Amino acid sequence: MKTVLALAVGLTATLQVATAGDLTGTVTLKGTPPAEKEITPLKDDATCGKFHAAMPKTQFFVVAANGGLADTVVMLKGISGKSTGASAAPVVLDQKSCVYVPQIVAVQTGQTITVKNSDPVLHNVHSIPAVAGNEEKNLAQMPNGADLTLKFDKAENFLKFKCDVHPWMFAWVTVVDHPYFAVTDKEGKFTIKDVPAGKYTVTALHRKAAPLGVEQEVEVKADGAKADFTVEVK
Amino acid sequence: MNDEKNTSAAGGDFIIHSPWLHRFALLTVAATLGLIGIGGLVTSKAVGMSVPDWPTSYGYHMFALPIATWLTGGVFHEHTHRLWATIVGVLVVALMRWLGGRTARRALLIIGGAEILAGFALLALGPDWRGAGHFLSGIGGVVLLAGVVWVNSSPAARPLPALGWWAFWLVQVQGLLGGLRVVLDAHVVAGAKLGMVFGLIHGCLGQAFLLLLCVIALLTSRWWQKQHSESGIQNPECSAQRWFLFTTVMIFLQLILGATMRHQHAGLAIPDFPMAHGKLWPDTSPAAVASYNAVRFELAGENPITAAQIWLQLAHRALAVVILSAVAVCAWRTRGFLRRPALIWLGLILVQAGLGAWTIWSNKAADVATAHVLVGALSLVTGALLTIITFRFSGAARQ
Repeated sequence: MKTVLALAVGLTATLQVATAGDLTGTVTLKGTPPAEKEITPLKDDATCGKFHAAMPKTQFFVVAANGGLADTVVMLKGISGKSTGASAAPVVLDQKSCVYVPQIVAVQTGQTITVKNSDPVLHNVHSIPAVAGNEEKNLAQMPNGADLTLKFDKAENFLKFKCDVHPWMFAWVTVVDHPYFAVTDKEGKFTIKDVPAGKYTVTALHRKAAPLGVEQEVEVKADGAKADFTVEVK
Repeated sequence: MNDEKNTSAAGGDFIIHSPWLHRFALLTVAATLGLIGIGGLVTSKAVGMSVPDWPTSYGYHMFALPIATWLTGGVFHEHTHRLWATIVGVLVVALMRWLGGRTARRALLIIGGAEILAGFALLALGPDWRGAGHFLSGIGGVVLLAGVVWVNSSPAARPLPALGWWAFWLVQVQGLLGGLRVVLDAHVVAGAKLGMVFGLIHGCLGQAFLLLLCVIALLTSRWWQKQHSESGIQNPECSAQRWFLFTTVMIFLQLILGATMRHQHAGLAIPDFPMAHGKLWPDTSPAAVASYNAVRFELAGENPITAAQIWLQLAHRALAVVILSAVAVCAWRTRGFLRRPALIWLGLILVQAGLGAWTIWSNKAADVATAHVLVGALSLVTGALLTIITFRFSGAARQ
């Protein structure tokens, strides 16, 4: 009996994987974004300025030559309570040369965020959630100090991380209540793996160009699906 | 010490004028102005939470923070502000003791002892009260010392001892507000973060405290003493006392508006001047505000701007015009010895208006924004002192 049950569970899981596909696509920026700003306070800082030979600039719009827009969070909408964050591998947020790397990150609820300090200078990691249920934390992190670990229990878009010691440092963490999301790479491409077959609303969020998201309906089949987004800046 | 004392039986034993007391009051004013400057820089640079604990600093006693940590980024400004505040606190306790004379000793001994005991009691309540407990017992020690070791001096003329007590309590409240701004930063009450609320009150009260010290400096001055001497009173020749009062109140209201803008940590709600988002009257519809946020590159991760913040900035600009006009009326309607100070006041307001515009044109450069805070403080103090003088001495006849 137990063997039959185990076989049934295994078969169901296999069938689910077999009927799941990857959702891929590209996010493209239409229009000309404003010019990035020089981060003068960073260059002027006695310690941090030494890490940057050239004047550092903000990176609100990272756009490839073909218009591909990086740092866009693409996720399925209308799904909740499916988080596998507790068992997922930690996501790493580093502080290098007095900037957060990467600046845009997406995690699941309950997933560990490991914050590293790779700098020979003190930072403080100040997470400032806007959603009730996510706890604000303000933790000092000594030079090359021990990693900090944080988790958030509620879904939230672009939860702010900042350093109060170096106020130009910030990162934005999107917390999702399921595993079906991705952040576009430097070419604007994304892949959301193993999406169960079905029809979904997919949204692409960019902190500046589309903070509320650009949506489209997608049907994912066993061989996957493709969804391209165009985000416009006026 | 060349103190002039009252030698008549009527009125009792008090100091009519003490040049060194006056100089000490001026020193305390200068130290407080500097404290407001460094505090303003902390907010301008958005480093108010760079030292996330209080009254310790990264777990160290505040006087034992390693130099390397002190010199790191925003820690330098915030920690310097705390150290400077301690110095101002000691100066104020000393000033208060000097103003109160021997009559203040017993009260200081009782208050100092009570604060030490209350501080220890708070420590016993648990970790959440540790900061307030250390603060209270520390300040209690300074107060007790002032009661124990000071000279057996006469008090200053009334109302100076009372003003000294006001300064004594106010500096402690200010210190506690500054600490609570840090310790309770993340707590939310009625939808508002306590860090923002306490920071706003701390900023406004700091300027009111500076004003109190300036009044003490005025009342301990040789000029004020001469005004009350038998040689007669100089008539300010001003028919605009109520204008002075109105304008000073408007300046204080402007301070509150400005502090509210600064402590919401949203940067510039309107990035251009004299236009507002390219128009005389900006569009504050949700779509328009969303478009402003889309093109706005915050260097310090500032919060998105809201329509309410745009309206707040517009109100700040409108009130600036009102203040400038009112100060011009005050200067125009003043003759005699107050004319020059009134014109200086007008000059200060013009400089302040220029700094306000420059704050916007420089995208809220920290040094410019802080200068705007300091000149605002000087404008408030100047207006208040002129108001006091015009009300006190108007209509007095020359002998």
